Amino acid sequence: MLKLPIYLDNNATTPMDPRVLEAMMPYFTEIFGNAASRNHPFGWKAEEAVDYAREQVAALINADEKEIIFTSGATESNNLAIKGVFEMYAAKGQHIITVETEHKAVLDACKHIEKLGAKVTYLKTNEQGLITVKQVEDALQPNTILVSIMYANNEIGVIQPMKEIGALCHSKGVLFHTDATQAVGKIMVDVIADNIDLLSFTGHKMYGPKGVGALYVRRKNPRVKVTAQMDGGGHERGMRSGTLNVPGIVGFGKACELCKNEMQVDTERIIKMRDRLEKELLVLEESYINGSKEHRLPHVSNMSFKYVEGEGLIMGVKNIAVSSGSACTSASLEPSYVLKALGLDDELAHSSLRFGLSRFTTDEEVEYAINHVKEAVIKLRDMSPLWEMFKEGIDLKSIQWAEH
Amino acid sequence: MAYSEKVIDHYNNPRNIGTLDKNKKEVGTGLVGAPECGDVMRLQIEVDEVTGIIKDAKFKTFGCGSAIASSSLATEWLKGKSVDDALKIDNMDIVEELALPPVKIHCSVLAEDAIKSAINDYRVKNGLAPIEDDKKHY
Repeated sequence: MLKLPIYLDNNATTPMDPRVLEAMMPYFTEIFGNAASRNHPFGWKAEEAVDYAREQVAALINADEKEIIFTSGATESNNLAIKGVFEMYAAKGQHIITVETEHKAVLDACKHIEKLGAKVTYLKTNEQGLITVKQVEDALQPNTILVSIMYANNEIGVIQPMKEIGALCHSKGVLFHTDATQAVGKIMVDVIADNIDLLSFTGHKMYGPKGVGALYVRRKNPRVKVTAQMDGGGHERGMRSGTLNVPGIVGFGKACELCKNEMQVDTERIIKMRDRLEKELLVLEESYINGSKEHRLPHVSNMSFKYVEGEGLIMGVKNIAVSSGSACTSASLEPSYVLKALGLDDELAHSSLRFGLSRFTTDEEVEYAINHVKEAVIKLRDMSPLWEMFKEGIDLKSIQWAEH
Repeated sequence: MAYSEKVIDHYNNPRNIGTLDKNKKEVGTGLVGAPECGDVMRLQIEVDEVTGIIKDAKFKTFGCGSAIASSSLATEWLKGKSVDDALKIDNMDIVEELALPPVKIHCSVLAEDAIKSAINDYRVKNGLAPIEDDKKHY
């Protein structure tokens, strides 16, 4: 039985897996100790649970458990990585390289350190949303201390050439950080194979709880350190103070274990559904997939339906929870900066929907989404003056628009 | 963000979608907004030459639900009005009627601009001077 509304916004957050909740439950009331309490069994039990979760989390990315620093989520991890590296290594150099399609948590952390004297290079992507290792190489300077490049993009799901960039950074002695929030748990991420020195990720994008994430900080070849961004009790090897969120960490650990075990089966199923969704929606005239199809996460699809405005479209598919790159509600009226970075026309950027599938998405839900999106696009095109002009063969670029 | 019931009603049952013959002398067409801003409205009026009353109004809009509702409401209000009375429609009347939140006020502004632009098109076609807009929106 189909239950409405349908959730297809799994890049924003995922529902928690019931098995994760089950694992967490005892840690709220029965095993409630502070993992830093060394003097009694309440603390020991909590610490034991955290240690176990740390192993589960580390195993998913092929790290050692001592390299996992628990945080409140990927935003904090990104801040800690970028600001923490800058503070720790500023004497060595002040130059950082990143990409213009990064998440705001990275871009704004970079803006912050720019005010403190850092020089930041923002690489431009191609129309697929990808950068090349050559671009990174060309941007490297003798004083470059960090390259920060997201593993997979949150809006379009494209996967950057991590292995090649990691190898380059490693050979040049430059630290390599990645915001892997969207990738971990969905595809194989291996910090050793990819030569990653710092990696941000979070629980709630992979069927775990919100409010818990981690920063992987490499301990050897090279040994990396970041300056703490919060003062306190010196938890997490002095890099992140604050009483550990034991139930959250236990849930995060369980979520990582489930992803490790089930990723392959989940992916095969999800990719079939995603491909079907795209195939059937591409039947609509003037519909497009945004970003690289070849280098892409299995569960994301970002599509534009030209001549239909995204927010209006979302209103037309009210029983399907998706997000749009349009920004009609924002004061600036600017569409998604990620889609614009791909060189998309504004009207295409305003016409986009992002579908994010999950472990819990069903074929029935995908079918419902296909039918209703199609219906809404057709209805809205019937009332779109731009569609009418397109049908009459009028070039929209030839019109003098009154911009407001 | 939640839409008001009236916005939802206009979105689900838009009034007066369509196209009038823009070449006809008694038809005035206003096309306002821009694709890159995410809103384009085309509003058309057909004026009875004898009475000066707007006997038909049609719209097509590319935009969010509030933009669609604002233009749909505008066509409803225009029908039956004299051209002079139509000029008195203020964007704040639309905001009030549709209970638009502050971030959607620009949708009502666009609808008012579309009305004025359609009327001016009609006036120019019929040998009258365009009305100067005392409200500068851009």
